[in-house]
Amino acid sequence: MKQARIRWHILVFLAPAILVYTAVMIFPLFNTLRLALYTRVDQERVFVGLENFRTLFFDPIWAEQFWNALGNNFWFFLIHMLVQNPIGIALAALLSHPRLRFAALYRSAIFIPTILSFVIIGFAWKLILSPIWGIAPSMLDAVGLGSLYAPWLGKEEYALTTLALVSVWQFVGIPMMLIYAALLTIPEEILEAGEVDGITGMAAFWKIKLPLILPSIGIISILTFVGNFNAFDLIYAAQGALAGPDFSTDILGTFMYRTFFGFQLQLGDPHMGSAIAGAMFAIILVGVCIYLFGIQTRMRRYQL
Amino acid sequence: MTRNIFRLALATTALVATGAYAQDTTLTIESWRNDDLKLWQDQIIPAFEAEHPGIKVEFRPSAPAEYNAVLNSKLDAGSAGDLITCRPFDASLALYDAGHLSDLSDLEAMSNFSDVAKSAWQTDDGSASFCVPMASVIHGFIYNKDAFEELGLSIPETEAEFFAALDAIKEDGGYIPMAMGTNDQWEAATMGYNNIGPNYWKGEEGRLALIAGEQTLTDPQWVAPYATLARWGDYLGAGYEAQTYPDSQNIFTLGRAAIYPAGSWEISGFNTQADFEMGAFKPPVQNAGDTCYISDHTDIGIGMNAATDNPEAARTFLAWVASPEFAGIFGNALPGFFPLSKTPVELEDPLAKEFVSWRGECESTIRSTYQILSRGTPNLENETWGASVAAIKGTATPEELGQGLQDGLASWYEPQQ
Repeated sequence: MKQARIRWHILVFLAPAILVYTAVMIFPLFNTLRLALYTRVDQERVFVGLENFRTLFFDPIWAEQFWNALGNNFWFFLIHMLVQNPIGIALAALLSHPRLRFAALYRSAIFIPTILSFVIIGFAWKLILSPIWGIAPSMLDAVGLGSLYAPWLGKEEYALTTLALVSVWQFVGIPMMLIYAALLTIPEEILEAGEVDGITGMAAFWKIKLPLILPSIGIISILTFVGNFNAFDLIYAAQGALAGPDFSTDILGTFMYRTFFGFQLQLGDPHMGSAIAGAMFAIILVGVCIYLFGIQTRMRRYQL
Repeated sequence: MTRNIFRLALATTALVATGAYAQDTTLTIESWRNDDLKLWQDQIIPAFEAEHPGIKVEFRPSAPAEYNAVLNSKLDAGSAGDLITCRPFDASLALYDAGHLSDLSDLEAMSNFSDVAKSAWQTDDGSASFCVPMASVIHGFIYNKDAFEELGLSIPETEAEFFAALDAIKEDGGYIPMAMGTNDQWEAATMGYNNIGPNYWKGEEGRLALIAGEQTLTDPQWVAPYATLARWGDYLGAGYEAQTYPDSQNIFTLGRAAIYPAGSWEISGFNTQADFEMGAFKPPVQNAGDTCYISDHTDIGIGMNAATDNPEAARTFLAWVASPEFAGIFGNALPGFFPLSKTPVELEDPLAKEFVSWRGECESTIRSTYQILSRGTPNLENETWGASVAAIKGTATPEELGQGLQDGLASWYEPQQ
């Protein structure tokens, strides 16, 4: 019997990707988790086990900030799920309509904000909404709705929702593109067969297209979840590390940054910062697992 | 053949160039004063380089809010500059304790500074000094002289006069009475609470009593400034909740606001921006004739990165910074940053002169939260930002704010327990 040869070429071809991925992703990830188990006492790094996590979850001062950030993060995610994804799907459905003119133009226009930098988006929207120089107050005034204007970014009750909507504006292109691509793969024959059975217009969308694009919607939801719980840039660009007013826009990312690197007179604490990063990692891991094992495997797929 | 000659020529120039380069030591300065980049490049650095051929200096600032985070990362990574601009008190003390800053106690020129000036950059027992004091900033209010003349207002001395002036400006409607926003939060604490507060807690007396645990943040002298701040909300422009620090600066320098709660560091920027005449008045006292207290805050020092490759050149530079010559250049190049050296400096800028003249009339103190009290978690300085904003917006009562701050401080600071 011939001995199975070791297929070296597989290893050789995999090596670069594995090495790079290990160096820039896997090693830092585990090192951060390791760092969370230490603390600094008089310039010495001391192993304290899960003490940092106990502080984070049960010390009243830390816990209040943590739960506030987590709650804000869920609200941020909820707005994306309720606003960004339905709008994305609706836009994709409109764009895939065969008789729509200038579809390519709309597609690009809606997608462009996605490729802009967070800093530009944060800055531009801050200016647009500014009570002093912004065009939002004068535009509302022009249509007689000036009384509806409020300095949204400066009010505790509106700031987070406003920023979430800005983020929706920026990223609505991504669900739109993914759904659009999914819609294009639906064969004409299925729709025609439906038409023969009397399913046309809106009914065709609800009964034929939507079930066929459900897997894509699932993927979008999980991308939104991961993206939102890792979010940091927009809040930092618009409101700074203190995520004002009064921490009302503080999400896990800004909380982690402030703790890790310090802020103004607050000195950085890499160990507590890593503990927060570890908690973020756990939350995202649990969320992704629920999706993968709870939803993805049960989702019905159709052979096209 | 011609090509070879060309190559040779190239190689020689390259050699000559590197040769000339190697003789110079280049020192890099880390700083958060990105507004001052031009002044350093055009005035301060050339003055030093003219006297010390062979040492080149490069000023490399980052944004103020990010400075501490950026600097700490750079120091840990070993990529920080040779000279480090020092924040006062604990931020720099932590750098010294971590071995990032060198002990400068043996620097001869340190004797040019008073103990108070040095105290911001010393270990708690005063045994080691690790930054050369550069400048302090004074708090007060800058006002638009044209606006005051137009409305026939005079400089308010007492709090009642201050609010009467604000009412008069508001009534007239031509100007926003006071330019300040709460979006960035720190102005409310720095230009609000710590600006007017020393008159209530009697400057150093209250500050040191708080550190010693003899007074608490729930005492009336610490709560009352919040009650006064609560009245400010009515006089700030529409939408002040979302107004940022640069917004406030622009509103004032464009002549749209009459009063700007200020720190003296604004002077040089305002001088170039505003085309009207400006004056300054000190924080109003409660009753006419009361002793006035001003926040004369030791704000900037400069120290040496312990890991620098050029310690000799760095010490030469620091000795120069400590000299009266530097104080003269710095004080006049950056009106509003008042040199701390013992030798008095003749200032030319009228607005800066106005600010510095208060040192003679009032008792000086520094910001209450900076020394020792912001060492723990929660951080008293950062908490004070939030509390001052809440006071102005009226989202909490002064008593609640005082209680909240006291609880936070007492949770880690023994003398207050």
